[in-house]
Amino acid sequence: MKMDLIQPFVNSLDAVISETMGCTAQIADVTMDEGHYRRSGIAALVSVTGEIHGSVVLDMDNQAAQQAATDLAGAPDTPTEDAVREAVCELTNMVIGNAVTQLNDRGFKFKVHPPEVYATEEGQGGTKETETIVMRFETPKGTIYLNIAIRYNSRRARDSAAGVLTA
Amino acid sequence: MEFKPLTCDGKPKIRFLVVDDSIFARKNLCRLVQAFGGEVVGEAGDGVAAISQYDATHPDIVLMDITMPKMEGIEAVEHIVHDHPEACIVMVSSVGYQDNILSALQKGARHFIQKPVKPEALYEIIQYVLSDAAAQPQATGDVHS
Repeated sequence: MKMDLIQPFVNSLDAVISETMGCTAQIADVTMDEGHYRRSGIAALVSVTGEIHGSVVLDMDNQAAQQAATDLAGAPDTPTEDAVREAVCELTNMVIGNAVTQLNDRGFKFKVHPPEVYATEEGQGGTKETETIVMRFETPKGTIYLNIAIRYNSRRARDSAAGVLTA
Repeated sequence: MEFKPLTCDGKPKIRFLVVDDSIFARKNLCRLVQAFGGEVVGEAGDGVAAISQYDATHPDIVLMDITMPKMEGIEAVEHIVHDHPEACIVMVSSVGYQDNILSALQKGARHFIQKPVKPEALYEIIQYVLSDAAAQPQATGDVHS
């Protein structure tokens, strides 16, 4: 997976976490996932279709998810389980929306679908056509994982292979 | 942060319709509307519901998400503005690429703001849209991100 596809997601996560939760998010680990991704806390998935195709999962450990719900609601009350799931979905929407905005403005045309709660214990993994990269971010409020399984569609892939695309 | 209550044309409260498929996002926008001294007269979770809510409530301002199930925000804008050219619709979306913004503005949206929303930025945009609409009922839109 090319770095020009990944970097917007890293930038976006850092910016959105800073804006909404008031803290930094540092990359602690990056792995290529060949098996199925196992979520570690509360997660939401967004699909993208078009010249870039695939899905992205944002997964927050329970501490980070609870804190996100509190910060996004702007209220100190303990959030309900539903509120925590909603908060993670909305945060995912913002992170991925901001990232795909950067990609789209670079010329990639694709559609973003509404976020959905990612409830399965095992889910997307790498395939022959789609590599999956998992990034772990550490924040003072907990751990966040970003699982990116996207690929260029055929025309873009050909262009990319021919060196037409540059970051 | 405290805001001076929004006003327009001597109305006691500006009436808002809040459209977003995320209940969480709607709650947050409603909280901001109240902080701005406005009144939420309707909520909708998709474009289809937004159209019927607009017809039922005739709000002063609509805060409209883009990516939603059933009918997306831009299509809903087109329907609403077709029937109500005076509608003041501000797009509020995390997806802010040029094509989307231009499309929304061409369909009749008055402004755009990208999530995460900064309260002071949204307040300024609403003030601008209200004053612009009062001066020029069918103004074309602007962009704020």
